[in-house]
Amino acid sequence: MENKETYWSENTRIILICLAIWFVVSFGFGLLLVEPLNAISLGGYKLGFWFAQQGAIYSFLGLIFWYGHKMNQLDIKYDGESK
Amino acid sequence: MEELKLYTYIAVFGTFALYFAIAWWARAGSTSDFYVAGGGITPLQNGMAIGADWMSAASFISMAGLIAFLGYGGSVFLMGWTGGYVLLAMLLAPYMRKHGKFTVPEFIFDRYYSKTARIVAVACLIIASLTYIIGQMKGVGVAFSRFLEVDYGLGLGIGMFVVWVYAVLGGMKGITYTQIAQYVVMIFAYTIPAIFISFQLTGNPVPQLGLGSTLADGSGMYLLDKLDLVVTELGFKEYTTSNLGGTLNMFAYTLSLMIGTAGLPHVIMRFFTVPSVKAARQSAGYALVFIGLLYTVAPAVGAMARLNLMSTIEPSAGEYLVYDERPQWFKDWEKTGLLKFEDKNGDGKIQYTSNKTDQPVTITGAISGKEIVLLPNEMVKVDRDIMVLANPAIANLPNWVIALVAAGGLAAALSTAAGLLLAIASSISHDLMKGVLVPDLSEKNELLAGRVVMTLAILVSGYLGLHPPGFAAGTVALAFGLAASSIFPALMMGIFSKRMSGTAAISGMCAGIGITMLYVFQHKGIMFIPGTSFLGDMGPNWFLGISPNAFGVVGAIVNFGVAFAVLQVTGPCPQHIVDMVENMRAPGDAPAAHDH
Repeated sequence: MENKETYWSENTRIILICLAIWFVVSFGFGLLLVEPLNAISLGGYKLGFWFAQQGAIYSFLGLIFWYGHKMNQLDIKYDGESK
Repeated sequence: MEELKLYTYIAVFGTFALYFAIAWWARAGSTSDFYVAGGGITPLQNGMAIGADWMSAASFISMAGLIAFLGYGGSVFLMGWTGGYVLLAMLLAPYMRKHGKFTVPEFIFDRYYSKTARIVAVACLIIASLTYIIGQMKGVGVAFSRFLEVDYGLGLGIGMFVVWVYAVLGGMKGITYTQIAQYVVMIFAYTIPAIFISFQLTGNPVPQLGLGSTLADGSGMYLLDKLDLVVTELGFKEYTTSNLGGTLNMFAYTLSLMIGTAGLPHVIMRFFTVPSVKAARQSAGYALVFIGLLYTVAPAVGAMARLNLMSTIEPSAGEYLVYDERPQWFKDWEKTGLLKFEDKNGDGKIQYTSNKTDQPVTITGAISGKEIVLLPNEMVKVDRDIMVLANPAIANLPNWVIALVAAGGLAAALSTAAGLLLAIASSISHDLMKGVLVPDLSEKNELLAGRVVMTLAILVSGYLGLHPPGFAAGTVALAFGLAASSIFPALMMGIFSKRMSGTAAISGMCAGIGITMLYVFQHKGIMFIPGTSFLGDMGPNWFLGISPNAFGVVGAIVNFGVAFAVLQVTGPCPQHIVDMVENMRAPGDAPAAHDH
């Protein structure tokens, strides 16, 4: 029982970290901070524009795979299975 | 032209033959095959199938066109339709797979121990899915009539027949393997023209990099800077900064699309087809890889199509395309009525500007600072949907590439239609019939019922595609609004709150849908009938400037608020439900997706 509780709280902690990054790269860099970031350029891209149309999507990808990886580790730690 | 037609027939009917062969090979033998493909799909296969399931005619045909004309404002679609997968991967899919049932309404029934909740979920699912299918069916009809010059209705009929064969025969199993093939067709059809065009314009064949590169015309100018300059000289808004209704509206729009994506039942269902919780999490990642491939190319397609269109019509400042010398693609699209020219000043040349009046207007170029005289706009109609389809022709690409785009558009529309049809069929045969009306239905009869219902659903959606209701255009917003304001919050609370009760969740769902529909109807008309919108569809009347399409997130907030308020009054759910939620959250293996 206690095991289940800590498994769940570790899971929610990882989710919160991921969602914070999810928010920052899309709503933060792509929307709220787009104007200051547009002053910086990345090749021919304005940085804010790049986040909104490219960077956010790459970050989402990284997040989902990182989350899957962390959860696999947690599953092994609490359940002892690696499949 | 003849050669193009031959190639198009080969591409379209070649891919159809492939889908039939797959359907025969993967036909369904049990309800488990029919609803969840026997539960034996690998994450990689599932990711690809989710990609095809999710990316519809709207993603393939319309999105790049929207971005081409909205510029930076089009980012809401890019972020909104991909960010939802983060939510799906972390907040819904693994736990729902752990619970191990066939359909979304069944999950709602188990978690909220209420047949009413199940029926409400079925209703939301059917409305959201049917409105979506209309768009796919229209896409099929348009693709046929444009590329093969057959009658719209006949094209629609052929499309219905193809879906019927592989969806009814194969159920989820047939659909999954066909969707994998359709994804491959679709992604080639989308990226090959983009690679060609990116290479032509910038010398860089990778569209994602080409968009940030300098032009290959020797000017040394960045492509996006050039585009900004060209559009502002014609009085349009600067491409890379043009906003869509203000920051708050863009914020709400993006968030609504994200939670709407995560709440669409035909996508969630696909996570029930994999063998484990781990595989469900991986599927979401692979799905976004395959979706992201198209979604990161789309902004390049949009920007490059816009630049090509502008420079075809006005090769250099003040030098206009002569109407009688217009290229073949221009004539082809004029025939469809999606492109229209009116020679307002009678000079026989085409002026394409932002000036909607009849008189020349003088403006100051936003970037160049020069004084510019804008002649009245003569491109009176440029439909956004033609950008992707016309793009290869505008860029003078070989005919086989154009043929491939036709097959890709059809693959996108058919794969999504099949997924939606399965969601509808399963919610009726499994949730309504087996679950509520005829509990002692045998497996064999349930399978038969599923096939009959799917056939009926194809006929209904074909009819709606042939006689699209006046509100067809507005319904996509409604589908996302419904999913965002009803299904997503109900599922999320079911997993993340152990105490959430059935009564509270049903109240929340009804309140969320209610306020979203009210808002959409009051600005777009009751059932989208023109003239019945009692507040008018205009910015000043919008709540905090949020457009009706972006309102789903407000509905979701209302849903959460009402549910927790009712929970305070009526008290938490019974202990056996708490145990069930704990089991969903616990590590360990998921049971095979099963019946009661």
